[in-house]
Amino acid sequence: MHEYPLTERIVDIAVKTAREHGASRVSAVHLVIGETSGIIPDSVQMYFDLIAEETPAGGAKLIIRQIKPEMHCPECNTNFVRPRFSFACPVCGTLGSPTAIGREFYVESIELETND
Amino acid sequence: MSTEKVTVMEDIYSENDRISDKIHEKLKESGIYAVNVLGAPGTGKTSSLIKMMEGLKGIKPYVVEGDIQSDIDTVKLQRMGIETLQINTGGACHLDAILIENILSKFDLNQKGILFIENIGNLVCPAEFNIGEDIKLLITSATEGADKPYKYPLAFEKASIILLNKSDLAPYVDFDRDYFEKGIRALNPDAPIFYVSAKTGEGFDGVCSWLKAKL
Repeated sequence: MHEYPLTERIVDIAVKTAREHGASRVSAVHLVIGETSGIIPDSVQMYFDLIAEETPAGGAKLIIRQIKPEMHCPECNTNFVRPRFSFACPVCGTLGSPTAIGREFYVESIELETND
Repeated sequence: MSTEKVTVMEDIYSENDRISDKIHEKLKESGIYAVNVLGAPGTGKTSSLIKMMEGLKGIKPYVVEGDIQSDIDTVKLQRMGIETLQINTGGACHLDAILIENILSKFDLNQKGILFIENIGNLVCPAEFNIGEDIKLLITSATEGADKPYKYPLAFEKASIILLNKSDLAPYVDFDRDYFEKGIRALNPDAPIFYVSAKTGEGFDGVCSWLKAKL
C-alpha cells in the first residue's frame, strides 16, 4: 500500500537529478531494495511506470537490485543470511542480532540523456 | 545526444526523515517528549494510553490518534478532558512525518508535557517511518501469541520499550514467555519488557516510572 507515495519520491529524485544535470530525459533508475525493507519490488515497478509517465522519467527503465538480509552471530562472530522465519545461525544455532544489511531502500544511480 | 550515469545514493526515506527531525526539534523546544505508540489492531493501545496517563498525573498529556477511519478513540479521550486530535488516513497503513507536522500546528503546545502519537493499528510499516518521536513504544498482547517478534522483527527491534498487554490472560492462551523474550532479546537487547494489563492496571507502575525517568 505505501509503495505509491514512496515511488513518487523515487520519480522526484530522478526528475530532480535530471534537472540538476541539464538532462532532457531519464533513461534508467537503479534502485536498491533490501528484502526486509518491507518494500515490494513488483509494486514499486508498477507504480513507477504510472507515476513517471508525463515526466522526464517517462519510459525510463527501473532496474531493481535486491539484497538478502543478514544477521550477525555473536558466537561465530560472522554474518549469515537470515533464514525465513528464524534468527538462528545455521552453523551454531545461536540467535543472531540484526544488521543494516537487508534494510536498504535507496536510489543508487540514474542514467540520463542530454540533447547536445 | 549524450548519455551519462550519475551516482545518487539517496535514501527514499530522506524527505520523511528531514521532516521528522524538524518536528522533533520543535517538540524539544516546547519541552514535549514524544512517544510513537505502535501495536496491532485490538492490542489495547488506547486502553494502555489511558493507564499511562493516569500514572503520569501532573504531567500534561497530548494525544494524536491515528486511525484509518473513525474518531472513536479521540472522542473517548476528549471526554476524559485530554487534549486529543484525530488523523484519519482514509486507508494508508501508517502515519508519516508530514501528517504529524500538519496536525501539530493545531495544538497549542504552550505547556511542557508528553505527546502520545497512537499510530495506525499495524505491526509492519509504522515501524519504518519516523514521525518526530523521542521513542517508539510497542504494545503487543498475550492473545496475539508469543511469536510476534519473529514475524514482525522490525517493530520489536526499533522499540525502546515493549509492553505485553492482556498478560492476565497469558495462562489461558498458553503464552510462551521464554520464546517471546528470546525473540525480543535477539533483536533488541536493551528494551525493557513490561507485563501489563490495561484492564486491571497491573504493571503500569513500572511503565510510568520508566517514562518519568525519560522526561
